[in-house]
Amino acid sequence: MRRLVLILCLLATPLAAVQPDEVLDDPALEQRARDISKGLRCLVCQNENIDDSNASLARDLRILVRDRLTAGDTDDETVEFIVDRYGEYVLLQPRATGSTLALWLAGPAMLLIGAGVALGYARKRGRAQPEDARLSDAESARLRDILDQ
Amino acid sequence: MGYTAAMITELGHFALILAFAIACVQAIVPLVGAQKRWSGWMAVGDTAAGLQFIMIAVSFAALTYAFVVSDFSLRLVTLNSHSAKPMLYKITGVWGNHEGSMLLWVLIVALFGACAAWFGGNLPPSLRARVLSVQAMIGVAFLAFIIFTSNPFLRLALPPLDGNDLNPLLQDPGLAFHPPFLYAGYVGLSMTFSFAIAALIEGRVDAAWGRWVRPYTLAAWVFLTIGIALGSWWAYYELGWGGFWFWDPVENASFMPWLIAAALLHSAIVVEKRESLKSWTILLAIIAFGFSMIGAFITRSGVLTSVHAFANDPERGMFLLGITAIFMMGGLTMFAARANVMQARGVFSLSSRESMLLVNNVLLGVAAFVVFVGTIWPLVSELFFDRKLSVGAPFFDKAFTPFMILLGLVLPIGAMMPWKRGQMRRALGKLIPAAVLAVAVLGLAWTLQGGRSLLGPVGLMLGTWLVAGALTDLWSRTGTGGVSGRIGRLGRLPRADWGKAVAHAGLGVTMAGIAGVLAWQTEDIRVVQTGDSFELSGYTLTLNDVRQQDGPNYRATVADVALARGDRQIATLQPEKRYYPVADMPTTEAAIDIGFLRDVYVVIGDAQDGGGWAMRSYYKPLANWIWGGALLMALGGGLSLSDRRYRVAAGARKAAVGARVPAE
Repeated sequence: MRRLVLILCLLATPLAAVQPDEVLDDPALEQRARDISKGLRCLVCQNENIDDSNASLARDLRILVRDRLTAGDTDDETVEFIVDRYGEYVLLQPRATGSTLALWLAGPAMLLIGAGVALGYARKRGRAQPEDARLSDAESARLRDILDQ
Repeated sequence: MGYTAAMITELGHFALILAFAIACVQAIVPLVGAQKRWSGWMAVGDTAAGLQFIMIAVSFAALTYAFVVSDFSLRLVTLNSHSAKPMLYKITGVWGNHEGSMLLWVLIVALFGACAAWFGGNLPPSLRARVLSVQAMIGVAFLAFIIFTSNPFLRLALPPLDGNDLNPLLQDPGLAFHPPFLYAGYVGLSMTFSFAIAALIEGRVDAAWGRWVRPYTLAAWVFLTIGIALGSWWAYYELGWGGFWFWDPVENASFMPWLIAAALLHSAIVVEKRESLKSWTILLAIIAFGFSMIGAFITRSGVLTSVHAFANDPERGMFLLGITAIFMMGGLTMFAARANVMQARGVFSLSSRESMLLVNNVLLGVAAFVVFVGTIWPLVSELFFDRKLSVGAPFFDKAFTPFMILLGLVLPIGAMMPWKRGQMRRALGKLIPAAVLAVAVLGLAWTLQGGRSLLGPVGLMLGTWLVAGALTDLWSRTGTGGVSGRIGRLGRLPRADWGKAVAHAGLGVTMAGIAGVLAWQTEDIRVVQTGDSFELSGYTLTLNDVRQQDGPNYRATVADVALARGDRQIATLQPEKRYYPVADMPTTEAAIDIGFLRDVYVVIGDAQDGGGWAMRSYYKPLANWIWGGALLMALGGGLSLSDRRYRVAAGARKAAVGARVPAE
């Protein structure tokens, strides 16, 4: 329970996230910082990006991102710098390499399989004889009985 | 109060254990009775279902009473309540915690079972007995879970003078009613599961079965829609930055059953009307409830870290995983063994309503699969590949959205296709005006925003296409002839037709809203001195005053912010920052000027060292369309649920059953 409270505290302290003193003067640079921040995970929070988080570590990371950008790094270089320090865990969008390819391909692969199966089923239903038209053995027998009477 | 409260609590505890015993009987006796064709044994199911519900209701009422009178000798009340808390939140606090919410869960399981007993008079006795038996098995599992791992009636030897209070974030009307709706949705899917298993045991799935199952699916889906929308709306106004969906594991846990239930209620139409897709529908019914249970497991085990983390307890996690595994393995094994007995009857061509509903099912199913894989991938990756990584919003946005766009594009066409055999060209022909309108909106939005991202224009286009498509569908159902005659016939269309159109249009409204907010919202963060003004997307905001104010169980800092457009005053917004001393927690209360086309969203932050206040303000175009659309979807489901053919199902059923004498 204490952990829950802690988590919710981190989540909901008033005025979460970016503080006025962090905002860069150059709007274009600030926008780049925001876009990068949205893809970086706040490491002490639960599934929150550093842009939305109020944790002090998230603030440090936001300032780090801005420092790198002001120093002239490209977006990729900035992200690379942070991944080098904190590991792949910091990325909210995992890179499509190695085993993670499976994650990215899961949807498209399933779509192909699903579409294939559905198409097969639909074609089978298209060729099938309407079963209603045929009588079962029991029904034929009953029909004979009725006609014989 | 002491003695009475103690008695009532013990009575509630006793009733809970009694309910467990009744559920055990209900799980076995009717099942045996149905197998042996003993009508007396089958009838036990009806009585037991009613009794079980009454016992759990007594137990739930007793727990509610303990919260209302603040009986701090109960551990649960001490941990989650406080004597100064407003009455509404004392009551909603009953399910604002793990143990109480599980009790609510089994209450709803039993309620659905009792409904099948009370209103299921038109079901064949053996099917009803089997449904009630399976439903009771689910009840047994979850009642055992409560009694052995999460008992809400545990006592404290030394009751404290006052409690720890409910988490202040949960003291909010939006969140207070979010869980009951979600549970009603999750648990509603237990009913379709029971129907599916009972049908597998019976070895018969026919149009009548489809008709009995559909109301439960529809009701579950409507409840899930409302529950998810309430949660998302709450996040929007309460968390302080206007986010409405975070792709959090717990959100995903409610979203997956929603997607599968949406697929299920469409495939059940095919079973009901065309007697095809039977085994697929049964499989979906099993999977849908599987996702519900996985949801319970994710929320309560703590395996997947989440902002919602409820009660992280490995023992409970193992228990829930065990329940999920038993029901899923049991269900899927039965399916594998018996699916072949279900013969499809209907014949349809590739261009038909049936085929289009297959497309719907594939897209919704794959979308749910993507969410599922993304949700569990961090776990899989760490266990099997020794690679610790995160899967968050950016992944889901990219991997999930394409399927929804496809769904939106195909939906109006599918909705217009005739059953059995149709011509795609005729359906498309009727939709030309809707398509032209949608493309015009796309072009207009693209031009007005001056290029940039495609997100906003495409969202608006899909929204227009879906709404116009739904209108076209309704209009085309009025047949031919003069306009006035057709308008008259519009009002006499079956409610199911209206429900379908309203729900489909709702999906369009939601899609447009999501795209609008994500693409065009603007944000402003700054330090504001009292008396200062600033601009936000054509609006002027003025911070007039900041003052202190006390609430019943909190202290608040309240700001007066005047909102104006040009010379016209629109509103005074009063964002608050609250502090709850008992829980030692702050919360933000955003002030929102709600409009049809846009919200203006203002949050007050901390006082700054150099004077002034930190303020965040947002301009959020089309924000309300997100929940407005969800409401329309729920309304559509409700309209469809109230259709005449469910209300007079008894007569219709006789015809359906009589037409087909089973060859036994």
